[in-house]
Order: sequence, then structure tokens, then C-alpha cells
Amino acid sequence: MSKPETLFRLLDAQKVYNINGGWSLLGRSDPQQLAALDGVTLTVERGDSLAIVGESGSGKSTLLRVLLGLTSTSEGRALYRSQEIDSLTGDPRRLFQREVAMIYQDARGSLNPRMRVTDLIAEPLRHHQLCSEAKVPGRITALLERVGLPADIAERYPSQLSGGQVRRIAIARALAAEPLVIVADEAASGLDVSTQAQLLNLLRDLQRDMGLTLVFITHDLSVASYLCSRIAVMYLGRIVETGATKSVLKAPAHPYTRALLNASPRFFEPIAETLAGEIPSPINLPPGCRFAGRCPDAQAACRQTDPILAEADGGQKAACLYPLTPGSV
Amino acid sequence: MTPTLAKLAETAPPIIDRVQRDKLLRLSNVNLRRNGRSVLDNVSFELMQGETLGLVGESGAGKSTIALAAIGLLQGAGIDLAGEIRFADHGNLLELAESEWAKLRGRQIGMIFQDAASALNPSYNVGRQLGDPLRRLLGLSRPDARRRSIELLESVGLNDAEARLKAFPHELSGGMQQRVMIAIALACNPVLLLADEPTSALDVTIQAQIMQLILNQTRTRGASCIFVLHDLALASQTCDRIVVLYAGQVMERGNADVVLRRPLHPYTQALKSCVIELDTVTLTPPVGGIPSLDGMPQGCRFAPRCPRATAKCAAFTPPLQSLEGRHVACWHPG
Amino acid sequence: MTAIDIPSRNRNPAVRQLIAGLLRLFRGSPFFAASAIVTLGFLAAAIFAPFVAPYSPTFQDSAAFMAPPGASHWFGTDSFGQDLLSRVIHGTRYAFLIGFGAVLIGALGGLAVGLAAGLIGGALEWVLMRIVDALLALPSLVMAIAFIAILGQGVDKVVYAVGIALIGPFARTVRADVLQVRAQGFVEAAGLMGINRLRIVWRHILPNVIFPLSVQATVRISEAILVSSGLSFLGIGVVPPTPDWGLMISEGRAFVSFAPWMSGVPGAALALLLIALSIVGDGVRERFDPKLRTNGSGSK
Repeated sequence: MSKPETLFRLLDAQKVYNINGGWSLLGRSDPQQLAALDGVTLTVERGDSLAIVGESGSGKSTLLRVLLGLTSTSEGRALYRSQEIDSLTGDPRRLFQREVAMIYQDARGSLNPRMRVTDLIAEPLRHHQLCSEAKVPGRITALLERVGLPADIAERYPSQLSGGQVRRIAIARALAAEPLVIVADEAASGLDVSTQAQLLNLLRDLQRDMGLTLVFITHDLSVASYLCSRIAVMYLGRIVETGATKSVLKAPAHPYTRALLNASPRFFEPIAETLAGEIPSPINLPPGCRFAGRCPDAQAACRQTDPILAEADGGQKAACLYPLTPGSV
Repeated sequence: MTPTLAKLAETAPPIIDRVQRDKLLRLSNVNLRRNGRSVLDNVSFELMQGETLGLVGESGAGKSTIALAAIGLLQGAGIDLAGEIRFADHGNLLELAESEWAKLRGRQIGMIFQDAASALNPSYNVGRQLGDPLRRLLGLSRPDARRRSIELLESVGLNDAEARLKAFPHELSGGMQQRVMIAIALACNPVLLLADEPTSALDVTIQAQIMQLILNQTRTRGASCIFVLHDLALASQTCDRIVVLYAGQVMERGNADVVLRRPLHPYTQALKSCVIELDTVTLTPPVGGIPSLDGMPQGCRFAPRCPRATAKCAAFTPPLQSLEGRHVACWHPG
Repeated sequence: MTAIDIPSRNRNPAVRQLIAGLLRLFRGSPFFAASAIVTLGFLAAAIFAPFVAPYSPTFQDSAAFMAPPGASHWFGTDSFGQDLLSRVIHGTRYAFLIGFGAVLIGALGGLAVGLAAGLIGGALEWVLMRIVDALLALPSLVMAIAFIAILGQGVDKVVYAVGIALIGPFARTVRADVLQVRAQGFVEAAGLMGINRLRIVWRHILPNVIFPLSVQATVRISEAILVSSGLSFLGIGVVPPTPDWGLMISEGRAFVSFAPWMSGVPGAALALLLIALSIVGDGVRERFDPKLRTNGSGSK
């Protein structure tokens, strides 16, 4: 079997923002650094379904923007098919824009309210010149059918559609470009449970039927488990654990993953207050492991050495000096 | 109510009566129309002292609306609210004049809103917002109010309370803002706390902390709490009783454990089957979507999407009937 | 989801909202309904002026100089014997012509400046906005006077002068709208697809800016009419014998004590139209202002 093609490759990618210090009577304080991404190494291969899980401040949104070429890295490299995403121009850039499609968290906001559904979906078709003008209506109907919408919805405007329908239109538009990769930013959150379930089923079917590569950003571990075979857990700008979703969620190696697992509401189990304190500010992080401040198992060494992603028991990788062993959860 | 329905209501078994003094809140046949459209249809449930109740449903179910009605904040042109919301010995809240609400709101009934960032006044610091109800409603002097504010902030888990008093809402994280809001809601020791999706806007690790906090606080004070939630699993973890709403109608209600372990209403069953857990392999959501306000079906509002619906369901709204230890509004439960 | 029930055909949401909104306004407020009818009445008078007016506006009836309102001249005549009713009716034409014309110039100019400022940003935006600030510092009448001094008198000059004076306020709102639209998700989404900037402006930004601009324009028409009347009253607007209301009021000024109808009739017409337009404009703005407007239905 041939080696699957590597699509995305991030090598120690960093994205640092300089925050200007505030003014005080004594003048301007020193500028501080906010590391939204603090050294992320990640590979996405063709056919993968990868869930990127994190809470606020984890850097998942920045990671997404780097993958899409909306932000450049301050250090490290972001590659698509072995080419730097930032420096793509001309045909390779056009190819990248076609092959990587995005579904926004705010699906309604990502659709021009003054355009009909048919024009919205036709836009990528026409822009990438994927078929003759005569074939466009047929393609649109096919795409709508694919996402489970009736053909007559094409004449409507987004303001006339429900939240779930709008998400499907966004998916249809993403599919219109015949992409290789779909990057979805919390595409199923903020919806009613039943709508969310419908949408997740749709995404799963699409991924299976079309062999799409899926990069799915979410904060919900169960959604990650349902949709993706691989998972990367982020905390304060770094990946703290990655591996096969089932293994990671069954026997997490990093204490943060364990905390996330235990904090997710589960039927009939009493509420477990798994983690004390707040997510610290990413500005000027203290030395050592970034999770040490909240980690219930933190030891002295944790506050001095910053762990790197390394193999742990069970086949996953965790950035922890004392990773959990299966059975110690 | 049509004559047929009235007849049905007569023959339906009566709601079990508890001892009058334990009942804190009782909604009876609450009907709400907004601009002519039906938003709440014959909602009835009750809450005992010291209990936590979960109002569970999807969007448009009317759960937030009920919470707002219970605290008298449902206002505006086109609002037509009928029925009874009896609170302790204050009679029907729906008939209260605004001046009488001043004694209840904040004092006996407190509310925690979903988005702390917009519920807190960005122009005033925490001390001012916390001190306001203490001084206005309880009549505390300024130094007393300040002392009590510090106590309250500490009880909601905010260390360094003195410094926090000077902080403005935007200087605090989401979790801290929510704690401040809880402190404000609890300031005057209300007997009833309404929490409208208190953790939806928070990260999941903070969510557990906040829910735990609200539960602890209500239990230590012997107060009751109504949670408005969309997360069934969270409801199972936190609520004693549960009321399942769909499109303004009560579908099922009763003890949370009983209802959620073995739901009898097709909607509750569908809802439960849509909850994704770590080991979920397949999801089978109900088809279709929530009916629009203009196109509310007659009879049972879930009927268009219900796999067991019959002609009877579309014609007559099923009344709440006692079955297997809870109440179900369905012609074909089980 | 609250899709408004328009049978079968799906019109553009803007048109649909417009119709639905106007209908609701009509039903909701008697003032609005009355004002709208008055405005439409004036508009009809303007369009059908030659057919409705009993006399030609410049016909001098030598038998009736400064005649009070009576049988042959319903609103009386002025010092030249010209029938006031006819002049008022024809004056409606000029009022609307100047009003629409000036607003058109102002809106287009404001659109250009606002787009440039909002899209290009940087130093150009700064310079343009400072110019706009300077323009806004002066009342539109004063500005118009200044431009008339440069351009000279006459109906067309008045339109230009008032129009240029209106560019400032329009530019400011357009720029704000452009900045707001630019930040929307669908603009970034289009960029991600690789669509070039010019096409994004044309296809995505412009349509979303034109609507709020139109709402603004409706509101400004009364201002344009008032300013132009002011210019004519001061004698630096249109030239006689143009039946412009401002000019008519000015002509009747000397005779106010014994022939009050000469100034009174055009004055009343002006006041009535402006009040009606203001109420209509306010109603339209309240209903359609994008800042207050929710985007159609769209539940969660």
C-alpha cells in the first residue's frame, strides 16, 4: 500500500503577537508577548480525520488561520504539499484555495445575505471554472441533494432558512469546489441537539463517501470521537496530546486530557470538579510545563522543564514529564 | 380550549397534590401568546422547596421565556400571558403590579443569566453592582454592604475579594464574571434561583466548577433552583426534577432520574438518543425541524416528527397523565 | 423560523422586507399613513403639474394683482398676477427635482468617498475623513452658499451646491458601513476562495452598503429641499420667475401685512411637505435602519 500523501505539515509553528504595554504615570510599560501558537508540530495526511480540541486560549483558532493561509507564522513552518503556505502564488495558490475549503463557525455570517443560495453555491463553481455554465444548475441540485436539502431551496435567501439549513448550505458551498480538505471551525456547535446530530451524520457520511480529509475544530470530546479518527488536544498554544481518538479518550496520557474527559457531562454521573483555577493568560507564561499551575499531579520538575511531545504508553504522544499510564485514570 | 379538550381535561387524572406548605412554585396552565402566535401552550409544573428543577428543551421550546415570566421580566407590546404562576404565599405572580415585584425580584427570586458579559453593567465595578442590591433591597449601610460583598465573593470562590471589588467586568474572565453574577443573584438570600443556561458560554472545565458552585450554594441555603438547560446529560447530573419542553408544550416531566433513565415520551427518547457520548456509534435524530411560530401544528406539536404519531395526535393535544412515576403528555407513550 | 408568507415567488429579501415593513408602518401609525399620503399627493402634483394647475405659473392675470384667495384664484395671486395655486403646484416639481437631484449627487459622492476611505484605509482614509470632518463642521446651508458663490445661480447650480454639501454626511455613514461589512465572515470566505478584491467589492461589499445608503438618502431629501429653499429665499438660489417656494416666500415678504397669502401659501406648502417627509423618513429609518435591523428571520 502506498504511503498516504501528506497534505499539511506544521513544523514547530509559532505565532506571537506583541501586545503593547499599557500606559502608567511612569510611561509605557514593556511590550509583552502573546504566543497564540507556541510550537505546534502537526501532520495531516490525505484521508485523515483530525479533531483539534481545546478550550479558549488554546490557540485552535490561530492554528486554523495558519492552515488556511490567513495568518503567517512568526517562527517555524507551515507547509501544504511541501510548499510554504505563505509564499504560494499563482497557480499553486489557486490550487490551494480550491483544495482547502473552510466551514465557518458562524455559518450565517459566512453567507452573503443578499445572495440567493444558488448564487452562493455557484460562486466557487464559477470561480474555479469547474464546469460549463450550462451545467451549473445541475451541479447545484446535486450538491444540495448531497447535503440533504431540497432543490427548490436554491431560490431562497439565507435569511429565510433555519440555522441547520444554513450550515448545510455552507457545507454545500465548501463541497462545490471539490476540495481535498475540509477545515471546519466548530461547525456543529451552537445548534440544537437534534440538528447537531443530523449535521454530524452528514459530515461523517460525506467524509466516508468522498474520501475527504477533515480537520475539525471542536471543544466537545464526544463530537471529536464520533467524527474523527485522530485527535490533537491543545492547551495554551501547544499540542499536549495527540493520537488515535479512541485510544486517547479511553486512556489519556496527559492530565489535561483526563480533566477534559471528566469535565464533560455524562449521564447520571455526579458532577466532577476536575480542574481548579482558571485558564491562565498566555501572556508571558511561566517557565516549565504550561499546565503545571493547574495540574493535580504536578511535581517539582514540571515547573522547570517544558516537556515536548513524546511517545507515551498506548501509542499516543503526550507532552508530559510524567504521563498517565493506562489504568491510572 | 375547545369543548373536546375541556372534556378531556376533566377526565384526565388529577395532578398529585403535595402538602401545600412545601410547594414553592406552581405553574398552572400558563399560556403565552406573542403578537398572536402561541409561544407557551398550557404549561404546568411545580417546584418544591429545596429542589432543583431542570427546564430542558431545544430552541423555541419556551424555557427561557418561562424563567423570565417567573421573575416578571416578560414585557413588551403584544405579550398576552394567561394562567397562574403561584409563588410561595405571594399568590399569582402574573397578577402582580410592578411595585409589588420590587419586593420579590432580587430578594426572594434571583436570576442568573446566560451571558455574564452582557448581563453585568460594563460601566460599574463589581463592588458597586454587588453593593447595589444589598443596600437598596436589604437596606444595609455602606460599610456593612462592603463586608457582605466580600463575604459573598469569597463564597463564590473568588479569592482576593477586596481587590475584585474594584474590578470592572471586562477585566475578569468569563468564569469569574459568572461567579460575580451568581454572587449578585444570591446577595439577598433568595429562596428561588433561576439560572438560564448559566454555563453555556463557558469552557467545559469551568462549566463543572460553576455548576457545582450553584448547586452547593443553593443546597446550603435551602433554596430551590430552576435550571434552564439544553444539555440532557448535565440535567441528569444536577437536577432532582425535570420538565421536558418542545415548542411551548410540556412533553414529559417528573423525577429527573426516572424520566431520563427510561423516557416514555417519543420526544424525550429522541432527545436522549441525540446526545453524543464518547462511545456513541450511531446517532438517529428525528427528522425535520422545530415548527416555526407561524406554523404551529394543532394538537401535539411534536406529532409531525413523531414516529408514533396518529390522527388523534394531530387533532387533540394529549394532557399530562401520570404513568410509571412521572407525567407524560402523549397518546402513545412507552 | 419566521419566513414571511409571500406566495410562490421569492423576491429579493430587501424588496420583501421593504414591502412588508411599509405595510406594517401604514397599519401601525396613523401619522405615518397620513404623511405618506400627503407626500404622495405632492409627488403626484409634481408629476402632473401641467395638467393639474389651473393656470400657467408665469401667466400674469392683469385683472387680479395681489388678489386674495377667491373663486378664480383659489390661493390668490402675487404682485405680478400669477396664480399662487399654479405656482405652488409647479413649485412642487422644482422642490422634488432639486431634492432628489441633490441627494443623488450627495449619495454618489458620499459613496465614492466612503468606499475609498473604508476599503483603502491608511493615509488616504485619514485624509479623506479629515476633509469630511471639515465639511461636516459647517451647516449645509452655509456650505451651499459658499458653493453658489463659486458656481453662480440657477436651478442646476442649486442642485450641485446642495448636493456637494451633502457629500460629507453620506461619506461618513458609507465608510462606517463599509468597515462593518468588511469584517463580516462572508467577505473573508470569498477571499479564501481566491476571488480578487475588485470582484469582492462589487459582488459582496457594495450590495450590502447600498441598502443602508438608500435609507439615509430618503431621510436627507427633506434637508435638501429645505436648504435649497433657503438659498432661494436669500435670493441666491434659483432666479425669478421660477416658481420655487423659497423664492415665492421671499417675493411676498414686502407685502406680508396686507397680502399675507403671497408668502403664506408657499410657506405652508413647504412646511407641510417637509413635515410629511420627515415623518416618512423617520418611519422608514426606524423600520429599515441596518443598525437596528435584524437580518430577516434566521433562528438558531
